[in-house]
Amino acid sequence: MTDHTTGRATGATAGPASDPTAGPAARPHLARGGLARRWRALRPLTTPLGIALKYTSLLIAVACALIPLATVFMAAFKSREEFATSDPLAPPADWFNLENFVVAFTRGGMLQGFANTTIILAVSLVGTILVGTMTAYAVDRFDFRGRRLVMSAFLLATLVPAVTTQVATFQVVNGLGLFNTRWAAIVLFMGTDIVSIYIFLQFMRSIPRSLDEAAMLDGANRLTIYARIVVPLLRPAIATVVIIKGIAIYNEYYIPFLYMPSRDLGVVSTSLFRFMGPFGAQWEIISAGAVLVIIPTLIAFLLLQRQIYSGLTSGATK
Amino acid sequence: MTSLTESRPARRAGGRGGGAWHVRVRGGSAGRPDGARRSRSGRGPGHGLPVTPWLFLVVPLGLLVLFTYVPVANMVWYGFTSWDGLDPVKEPVGLDNYARIFTDPRMFEVFFVSLYYLAGAAVQLVLALYFATILSFTTWFRNVFKGVIFFPYLINGVAIGLVFLFFLRPGGTLDAMLGLLGVAEPPQWLGDPSLVNVSLAATSVWRYLGLNFVLFLGAIQSIPGELYEAADLDGATSWQKFRYVIAPAIRPIIGLTTILAISGSLSVFEIPWIMTGGANGSTTFVIQTVQQAFQFNKFGLASAMAVVLLLVVLLVTWIQRRLFPDERVDLT
Repeated sequence: MTDHTTGRATGATAGPASDPTAGPAARPHLARGGLARRWRALRPLTTPLGIALKYTSLLIAVACALIPLATVFMAAFKSREEFATSDPLAPPADWFNLENFVVAFTRGGMLQGFANTTIILAVSLVGTILVGTMTAYAVDRFDFRGRRLVMSAFLLATLVPAVTTQVATFQVVNGLGLFNTRWAAIVLFMGTDIVSIYIFLQFMRSIPRSLDEAAMLDGANRLTIYARIVVPLLRPAIATVVIIKGIAIYNEYYIPFLYMPSRDLGVVSTSLFRFMGPFGAQWEIISAGAVLVIIPTLIAFLLLQRQIYSGLTSGATK
Repeated sequence: MTSLTESRPARRAGGRGGGAWHVRVRGGSAGRPDGARRSRSGRGPGHGLPVTPWLFLVVPLGLLVLFTYVPVANMVWYGFTSWDGLDPVKEPVGLDNYARIFTDPRMFEVFFVSLYYLAGAAVQLVLALYFATILSFTTWFRNVFKGVIFFPYLINGVAIGLVFLFFLRPGGTLDAMLGLLGVAEPPQWLGDPSLVNVSLAATSVWRYLGLNFVLFLGAIQSIPGELYEAADLDGATSWQKFRYVIAPAIRPIIGLTTILAISGSLSVFEIPWIMTGGANGSTTFVIQTVQQAFQFNKFGLASAMAVVLLLVVLLVTWIQRRLFPDERVDLT
C-alpha cells in the first residue's frame, strides 16, 4: 500500500503519463466507493507528507486571516495606558473593559451610523425588491413591442461599472436636489442594481406560467397576479437578494462618502472612517469602532452561511 | 386566435382545456389571457393591454436611464469640455483632456499602480485555486477552514482598512511578530514609497481571496464523481486528473474571475483611499479621478478619465466574451 502510494505520488509530480504502475494500481480501489474515489483524485495529498503539507498550509491561511482581526479585537479591550505599554500580540488585562466601545458609540457617532445604515438598508431593500420583481415580471410574462430593447438596455448596463460613472452621476443626484440626503444613497442603491434584477429574472423563469394563467382565468388582473402570486413565489430569490444586497449596502463606503458628507448623515462606513481624524492616535478606540462594525457581519455570517455562499455564486455568475 | 404566433397561448389553452377557456373569455376583459385579448383588440388603448407591461417597467426603466445612461452620456460630453462643475457654460476643448491623460506623466503614472494590484490578483487566483482544490477533498474541520478563509470578504471595507493600518503601522502587529523572529528593524510598510503599493495590494488579496475561493470550490464540487472514476479506470495520475477533469470543469469560472480581477485592479479605490489617502505614490486611477473632480473641480478632465476607464473595462469584457462565450461577467 505504502509502496504504490509513494510511487503514484512521484509519478504525479514527475508529470503526466510518466507512471506505468498507475493504471493497474488504481483498479483494486474501485470497490471502495465514493470516499476512496475522492481521495484518490488527489493522491499526493493522501501521503503522510502530503497531509502534513495540506494542513500546514491551511493553518497558515487561518493564521493570516485571523491574526489581523484578533489583535484588533484584543486592542479594543485595552485601556489607554495599557495599549501604550503592552505588546500588540498580548491579550488585554481586563476582557470586560467596555469603555472604548462606549466612547465609540457616543463620541464616535457609531450610534448614529447604525441608525442611518438601518434606515437606508430597509428602504433600499424594499425598493430593490419592488424594482427587481416588477422588471422580472414585466419582461418575462408579457409580450410587447420593445421587450427586446428593454432587455438589452438592462443587459448593457451591467457592463458599466458604477465606480466609473460617479463623476457624472453626481451631477444628476445634485440636479434632483438629493445631495446630502439619505435619498441619494437610497435611489442609487435601488436604481443601479442590475444583478438583483437578473437574480429575479432567472428565478421567474423557473415559476410555471400555468400558475398565473390559472389566476388570470379566475378573473385576477395583472396587478393582483403580481402581488398575490408572483411576489410570494419569488420568496427564495428575495431572500437571496436581501442577504447579498444587505451585506453590500452595509459595507458600502463610496456612495455615502460622495453623496452624504454631512456629519448627521454618517452611515456605518463613513462614521468609522471619521474615527481617523479625532481619534488619530487612539488605536484602542479605533479598534473598538472596527470591532463594532465587524460583529454584525460575523453574526450574519454564522447564521446565514449557506445562503451567503449560494447567493454569491448566483450573483457572480448570472 | 389566428394572430398567435407564440407557443405560449397555445400551451395555455391546451393546459386548461377548451371549455374553461371559452367561458372565461366571455366573462370580461380582466379575465382574458393577453394572447386572446391582443388577437381581438390589437394595440387598442381602450383595452389597456399594451400599456400594462410599461406600468411595471416605468419606475425601473426611469431609474436605469436616470442613473446609468444619463451619467454615461453626460460623462462623454463633459469629457470634451473644460467644465469646473459649477459654471453654467461648458467650454468645449476638443481632445485636450484625453491628450493630457496620456501625455502628462502625473496623469498616466497611476496606471503603473494598477500593475501591483494586477500582480496581487494573480497571486490571489492561484491561492484561491489551491485552497479550493485541497478543500474539495475530505478534510478535518472542512467547514471551519472554508468559513475562516471566506469571512474576510464580508467585512466592511473601512474596517478592513483600519485593521490593516493597525497591523502594518510602525510597532504594530506585523512588526511585533517579526520581532519575535528576530527582525529588529522592519521596513515602513506604508511609509516607504517602494513598499506601500505592495502592502496595499496584499491587503486587497486578504480581502478578496475568499470570494474567488468560494466560487472555485463550488465549481469543483459540482463535478460528478463518475468523472474521477472514469479517470481512474484510464489510469490517470493526480496531475492528469487536475489537468483533464478539474481544470476543464472550472475553466469558465476561472475565465470569469480573471476578467473580474483585471477590471477590479483598474478600479481599485477603497483600500488605498482609506489607508493612505493616495499618499506616497499609492494613488490609483479612481482616486485620481475623484480628486480631480471633487477636490480640484476639474469635472471635464475627470470625466475624460472616467471615459478612458470605462472603455478599458468594456474592452476587457469584450475580450472575455470572445474567449469564454458561455459565461457572462458581472462588473457592478
